[in-house]
Amino acid sequence: MRIDPHHGVVGRAAPRTDALAQASGGLVYVDDLSYPSMLHGKILRSPQAHARIVSIDTSAAAALPGVHAVLTGADLPIAYGLLPVAQDEHALAIDKVRQVGDAVAAVAADDPDIAQRAVELIDVVYEPLPVVATMNDAVEIVDEPIHGDGPRNNRHREVSLDFGDVDAGFDRADHIREDVFFYQGNNHAALEPHGAVALVEDDGRLHLWSATQVPHYLHRIVAKVLEIPEHRIRVTANPTGGGFGAKTDVFAHELVAAKLALATGRPVKLILTREEVFYAHRGRHPVLMWIRTGFTGAGEITAMWFRTYVDGGAYGSYGPASLLYTGQLQTTTYRIPAYRFQGVRFFTNKPACGPKRGHGTPQPRFGLEVHLDKAAEDLGLDPVTIRERNLVHPFSTTVNHLRITSCGLADCIERVVEASEFRAKHRNLPPNRGIGLAVGAYMSGAGLPIYFNDMPQSEVLLKVDRGGLVTVYSMAADCGQGSTTMLATVVGEALGLDAADLAVVTADTDLTPIDLGSYSSRVTFMAGNAALEAAMKLADLILTAVADELELDTDDVRLGRGVVLAGDREIPWPDAVRMAEARWGLLTAAGSYKPPKGIRGDYKGAGVGPSPAYSYSACVAEVDCDPETGFVAVEQVWLAHDIGRAINPLLVRGQIEGSVHMALGETLMEEQAFRGALHDGPSLLDYKIPTALEMPPVEAILVESIDPEGPFGAKEVGQGPLLPVMPAVANAVHDALGIRVDEIPLRPDKILAALRDRERDGQGRYGPTDLPAYEFRPPLPVDPPPELR
Amino acid sequence: MRYDADMVEPQVEPVRLEVNGIERRLFVAPHRTLLETLREDLGLTGTKHGCELGECGACTVLVDGVAVLSCLALTLDADGAEIVTIEGIGSVSHPHPLQRSFADHGAAQCGYCTPAMILTAKALLDRDPHPTDREITEAIAGNMCRCTGYLPIVRAIAAVAAEDRP
Ligand code: FES
Ligand code: FES
Repeated sequence: MRIDPHHGVVGRAAPRTDALAQASGGLVYVDDLSYPSMLHGKILRSPQAHARIVSIDTSAAAALPGVHAVLTGADLPIAYGLLPVAQDEHALAIDKVRQVGDAVAAVAADDPDIAQRAVELIDVVYEPLPVVATMNDAVEIVDEPIHGDGPRNNRHREVSLDFGDVDAGFDRADHIREDVFFYQGNNHAALEPHGAVALVEDDGRLHLWSATQVPHYLHRIVAKVLEIPEHRIRVTANPTGGGFGAKTDVFAHELVAAKLALATGRPVKLILTREEVFYAHRGRHPVLMWIRTGFTGAGEITAMWFRTYVDGGAYGSYGPASLLYTGQLQTTTYRIPAYRFQGVRFFTNKPACGPKRGHGTPQPRFGLEVHLDKAAEDLGLDPVTIRERNLVHPFSTTVNHLRITSCGLADCIERVVEASEFRAKHRNLPPNRGIGLAVGAYMSGAGLPIYFNDMPQSEVLLKVDRGGLVTVYSMAADCGQGSTTMLATVVGEALGLDAADLAVVTADTDLTPIDLGSYSSRVTFMAGNAALEAAMKLADLILTAVADELELDTDDVRLGRGVVLAGDREIPWPDAVRMAEARWGLLTAAGSYKPPKGIRGDYKGAGVGPSPAYSYSACVAEVDCDPETGFVAVEQVWLAHDIGRAINPLLVRGQIEGSVHMALGETLMEEQAFRGALHDGPSLLDYKIPTALEMPPVEAILVESIDPEGPFGAKEVGQGPLLPVMPAVANAVHDALGIRVDEIPLRPDKILAALRDRERDGQGRYGPTDLPAYEFRPPLPVDPPPELR
Repeated sequence: MRYDADMVEPQVEPVRLEVNGIERRLFVAPHRTLLETLREDLGLTGTKHGCELGECGACTVLVDGVAVLSCLALTLDADGAEIVTIEGIGSVSHPHPLQRSFADHGAAQCGYCTPAMILTAKALLDRDPHPTDREITEAIAGNMCRCTGYLPIVRAIAAVAAEDRP
């Protein structure tokens, strides 16, 4: 269904509906909640990376005045995990700890000082076990697997797939190139630390508030771990002080706060410290990559073989999906006629990794885009041409069975190349200055839910009162991306009402129908479509009632801006609503969204990667490098993004600028690094994110390809624009200095090492060369889709 | 450090603060930070925290007109001081020009850094009503924002400075 906006609500750069509340300090985040007789929870965490728990003595803590409850693993014995295939975590450790920071025991006390004192009085005796600090350790240390029933080499998951005839593809190549890249892990560093508040309501039901992006999944897991039926639990997601994927898992503190509230019968608040956030992590996976690609002399890809080695940390979390994402989306930007993907995720004794903005795709995208740049040089092509020769076609199917619909990638490239004067500048800038290009693509929502079911991924309910107020009910959690404003805008456009005049109730399992959560950039597309369907039904009820009442043909009645236009009359919206309520009774309408069938293949692993639509981005970065210090200053970034349609251009631009910030942090300075298994600096002082002074100007260019299935044609913008930035900067550094740093982050010491390498007559490269001694199983052949056979 | 079970509670001491124009007399423990006093004792939760170690800037308030990290300030040290928090400069119904401008420019996404950013900007504009973009950028360099990339924040502050120009 393609609906053209004509009320001017969609497409207007309007402030968020809660902007003034944010600016006046009135928005209520989870730590701003407070209840009479509220207790404060605190978790005791493991100082050991891998150890058996010999004993825990909580008697001194329990005896401390002001302490109301003490919990250990025995109180929460049920294993859980966000994915049904990764049920490997406990709220509090049982028998052994697997990473520094694992939750071991917890208390609730009258105030935070007493709670802190109480956890320090808990005596835990550990028996240290061999620590698996790296992927090489994972392969080699075999005495004690991290997960008792796991394989001895600590392999968590493996993928090995062949799409099309890969060997034949390499055979017909004129040029074959191989590269190895490493992408270090990093943390979301959302400004608000995670936290939860729980209490038992008057009706005896548990109510849990959390800074979460996924209230529905949290609801399910609390029910499972606490052994309480779902209908006896209410979960409310507070607005979060930044998500970026940090708050898409279920964490120990949420389950512990709930259990402490039940144990004490009193409200309990549990807020993490920044150090705990770095250990709770679930951030970007470190990924080592090996890429081999065959090209024709003209630069067309004949085959690609992509291997990824993924350092998962101590738990499964989203890992099985993260691993597949390191291989699945390469085909969404380029036509790859034959593709082999082999990937392995290892357990190590470090904070578990998970989804961060781009989830598993920034690492391979960095590798792929730098690899292509090098291939272009081999073939005497420029970076624009090699990409243009391989661009995916709109409305096509990829060799790994992904359905491509609208695709504005060619436009994106053209727009950034023009705006940045890339062609004139590339290879021609003064010494130490350089310019680089890269592209990317991302999903507008994962095509499949996390747990298998046939129900909608998003549902929206509308209710209209006699004053004409339309209230939108949706479980979509606003983590700063603006989903609440998006819902009001979509419904407002459909009904001819101002977004600011609607009410939106969100993210509460008692009040709102399902939305699976704010992850995989799914909310605008999925909740937006559900909202649009509900609004169309509501419009129909109202127009029919007005037509009946005025004895007009339904064709003569339509919606105007804040009015119903009936023949030559203008009925004010509230009057029209009252006519409809008289005719139908209580005015409600519901909409649901489920991605279409047939957007995925049927091989094992095909569930990760499909999406109802992909967004596309192209980025040009210009840098100024100092060969004395190795310091890279990013001078300007141009970023064109195919948004489908910009429902609110102010918010779309905000996501682009914010993505560039986060991407530059990853590119230049951020790393979740370890000494052994101990975090190198779990604080915002040691873990540097760019400040205002490091932020270059960004020219954000919106390309509107009008997706046939998106709400008013819209696609995602929350994650995609991050993807091309890292490789664009890396390619620009090469243009500036003639060296290659095949690693993220591009730290000054690595740049200097590459410069030294070149002086020594080397190639001027810094980066990995060796791969873990891990044998992949032979690839499973998957037939390409019929049109590519 | 380890606490003993029988460790005595520290003695509370009297303190007088003027918070958002209202005199407050309180008794607080010597280790209580201004952040804790504002949020927990006075219920002024508009002041946020991202680290409580002086790293992120989210807890910024104005103490005698100067932007201060309230997580590093002891309440007792603020005795007699005039303190302004985000609640003290405007509200949803009567926003301060900076609050209005932040809203209009999309300078808040998650909004968590916003109160501190606005107070830092206010301290700057009170000192120098017409800063350059570079001066604005320098003034907010101690305040982290993870969402916006700072650019709309600079635009929002610059717009207020421009409005104010005679
Ligand atoms: S809370 Fe981070 S600086 Fe004060
Ligand atoms: S708006 Fe989220 S941290 Fe600044």
